[in-house]
Amino acid sequence: MRYLPLTDADRRDMLAAIGAASIDELFADVPKAAQRDGLVDLPKAMGELEVERRLSAMAEKNVAAGSVPFFIGGGAYRHHVPAAVDHLIQRGEFLTSYTPYQPEVSQGTLQYLFEFQTQVALLTGMEVANASLYDGATACAEAVAMANRVTRRNKAVLSGGLHPHYRSVCETYARFAGNELDAQDPAPLLIKGAGGEDLAARIDADTACVVVQNPDFYGEIRDVSALAQICHDKGALLVVVVTEVLSLGAITPPGAMGADIVAAEGQSIGNALNFGGPYVGLFATRDKFVRQMPGRLAGQTVDAEGRRGWVLTLSTREQHIRREKATSNICTNSGLCALAFTIHLSLLGEEGLTGLARLNHAAAVAAAERLAEMPGVRLVNHSFFNEFTVRLPRPAAPVVEKLAERGVLGGIPVSRFYPERADLADLLLVATTETVTEDDIARFAAALTEVLQ
Amino acid sequence: MNDWSQALSRHAAAGGETAGTITGNRGLQIEEPLLFEQDSPGKCGVDLPAEFPASPAFKSRLGGLERKGPIGLPGLSEPQIVRHFTRLSQKNYAIDSGLYPLGSCTMKHNPRLNEKMARLPGFADIHPLQPQSTVPGALELIDTLAHWLKTLTGMPAVALSPAAGAHGELCGVMTIRAALTARGDPRRRILVPESAHGTNPATAAECGYGVESIPANERGRVDLAALKAKLGLDVAALMLTNPNTCGLFETEILEIAEAVHKAGAFFYCDGANFNAIVGRVRPADLGIDALHINLHKTFSTPHGGGGPGSGPVVLAAELAPYAPLPWIVHGADGFRLVEHAAGQADDTIGRLKGFHGQMGMFVRALTYMMSHGSDGLRLVAEDAVLNANYLRVRLADVLSLSFPGTCMHEVLFDDRFLKDTGISTLDFAKALIDEGFHPMTMYFPLVVHGALLIEPTETESKASLDQFVVAVRGLVERVRAGDAASFQAAPHFTPRRRLDETTAARKPILRWRPEAEQREAAE
Repeated sequence: MRYLPLTDADRRDMLAAIGAASIDELFADVPKAAQRDGLVDLPKAMGELEVERRLSAMAEKNVAAGSVPFFIGGGAYRHHVPAAVDHLIQRGEFLTSYTPYQPEVSQGTLQYLFEFQTQVALLTGMEVANASLYDGATACAEAVAMANRVTRRNKAVLSGGLHPHYRSVCETYARFAGNELDAQDPAPLLIKGAGGEDLAARIDADTACVVVQNPDFYGEIRDVSALAQICHDKGALLVVVVTEVLSLGAITPPGAMGADIVAAEGQSIGNALNFGGPYVGLFATRDKFVRQMPGRLAGQTVDAEGRRGWVLTLSTREQHIRREKATSNICTNSGLCALAFTIHLSLLGEEGLTGLARLNHAAAVAAAERLAEMPGVRLVNHSFFNEFTVRLPRPAAPVVEKLAERGVLGGIPVSRFYPERADLADLLLVATTETVTEDDIARFAAALTEVLQ
Repeated sequence: MNDWSQALSRHAAAGGETAGTITGNRGLQIEEPLLFEQDSPGKCGVDLPAEFPASPAFKSRLGGLERKGPIGLPGLSEPQIVRHFTRLSQKNYAIDSGLYPLGSCTMKHNPRLNEKMARLPGFADIHPLQPQSTVPGALELIDTLAHWLKTLTGMPAVALSPAAGAHGELCGVMTIRAALTARGDPRRRILVPESAHGTNPATAAECGYGVESIPANERGRVDLAALKAKLGLDVAALMLTNPNTCGLFETEILEIAEAVHKAGAFFYCDGANFNAIVGRVRPADLGIDALHINLHKTFSTPHGGGGPGSGPVVLAAELAPYAPLPWIVHGADGFRLVEHAAGQADDTIGRLKGFHGQMGMFVRALTYMMSHGSDGLRLVAEDAVLNANYLRVRLADVLSLSFPGTCMHEVLFDDRFLKDTGISTLDFAKALIDEGFHPMTMYFPLVVHGALLIEPTETESKASLDQFVVAVRGLVERVRAGDAASFQAAPHFTPRRRLDETTAARKPILRWRPEAEQREAAE
């Protein structure tokens, strides 16, 4: 076995040193009834070549996004990641180290986490950010739990424009923690008419926070400044969710609109689609709430010689110190995905990020205009960044299947999330990033024309 | 021009004296300012097309919410960035550098084949919301992983979506609570041994349970009598780690399981230490109802400096109906992903995270499992236990072994050997850093004083263990020689000396700010 360095001679010598006659003696504490003599019923060891062959065979059955015109978003976005990112995160010193519990031999990890926290704070317009959570959806659930702790209230009002997975995760967490959720109807505001949802009216004396996504699940961009003001007047917090973090290169950040907590998905920057994970949850808030934050925090300090250095800090919030009184049970988070985020964002810098955001928006405008020209297809959004919703003249799910048969991955039918809602069945979410070309848009339009005929 | 040289000179001013160099660098240890201190405004590390071709002068549809004002991100070129992160990496200890015997963390070698497979476009470049008809291979991979996990544990079901061990615990305890609620038997307490990971009580509390602690007996195991005394109609579950965090197998586990079940409670097992028994002992045969498996420990998906992990939970038949969404079923024409609670999925606890789980980690774990096979995995457990016991006997006469007898994959010592020396467990650990080793887990578990928990894993050679033994024994000689000051000042040879954690927590600085802002804040 190529990964096991001990030789049979080593094993014999070591058993002799231990004073055991056989390896079985070392397992003597396991009750006889639970000991297994033979091997479990699974294939035996394989060489690299054979493993590669088998896994490649599975991989080849899938349609890779890069091989077709690709328009799928819905909280996970296909962006071009510079080659340097993947090279650097595979350096063994990053890849094969643990949580930086021993700061003197973990300054590399701690410094990039500090840089990551700074980048997230700058991007979201918030004062402080943590060192990452699992993903955007769990970050959202953690934001709700934190708002409950800060306000000592236990109800969250969720906008209908919140990503349905985020909504479901919040529901699961709240149900078991015994907290209340007031989730609004998931129909986009745009179908429901000018009034839309009145989140402010849902706030009462038990409301800890209002959760609103921007751009929302349907791609619509919302000014939440007024809502923030009302939340604060009523003693509640405003949680802003961002599922496409690249949008912050183009639109007003939540911090500038009065958000108290920002929970975001950071996958878009530095991380591949990976069929849904691992991703990286971004979590930012105001300085005054920092001791109620979940997750790891890297902080600046000095060493015994007075030189600047970094440590994990405020760990008295955390499970390994506080146990059942911790702010969250989280331990391992998304370190390496956070590193990929930090490297990619460093490469982009101010110019690159804003330029990339502009490209994404331009591509989306081009795609939206092209699709809206088609008979029976209507653009639902008033505004959008790189993802928008169109209403098709018939249910979107079979249309998407037929597009796939024609070699186009043409968006997500909203019915995939809300199969029970006939009124949403014709809606199609379409995302357009910098990876989409003019030709891709033309092929999408042509295939859609064919399918809708 | 950037202010990098300025930043560097600041470092030199602070550290130059002790370093004895002009730059503050010490050979391969190179000082590296923050990214934000290396800003060349206008510089960019990527070359983007200026405009999307179709609409060089498109009309913005941002609804009047265009960002006003700069973000404040620094501009750097690719070579600067590659150098920055390379230098940072060189300040880290890693498994690739040497023995990393961090108890309860299973820091084993991370095969690079795992990384290669996870990057195949058919796995890395597929979207979780593509039509299912376009991802049959992804569903097959997940189902294959599920099969391996179920077979290795003997359990009938597995929930794959949890993102890490603690998330798996949450999943397991939620299914337990759902099952009890369905039974009309809501209970309020969860029992957790003193030696448990902090995540266990934190998880129980997050699920709305009160937590009660079970003491350890003089053998380092759960005190069965104390457990039985606490078991009552109000207890929902026992959360136990086995092998436990003292590195010991719970010899009375069958009696524990029986007592728990007799009280109508569930038996949750923290599978952080599954590496000790994989391929040799099936948790199902121990009476366990739910167990999470840290794929980043036992199955060697890398730890990545603190994640991402993956924490699938295997479930007994009674808990399986409550598993979180989504899951995979075998349909008439292949695999199908069930994403909604309806029909047979009515009892589910719901969703625990976005999308379908840590696919990238699934690929790595399955690659690892297939590489080892049933025979190799059994050998993993055996060599892991052999290595730990070898360290136990080679160190027992100089360190203080907390509990006599055979250990499993890790061995626990405490600080009695440091008594009256003025040297703490922390000092000893820091001295080990100077000798080129990552320290063991310190001060955990809490059941002994000044714990030193050593887990070598199976991927260490005998020569590597022998070097470690020489270093530890040598250090103990220095302890005995009364050289307290050098221990208290350790480490000496690291990029930074001991760091002031108290000040960091008292006056938290959690992000960089421009100097103007820093001055304002100070005033």
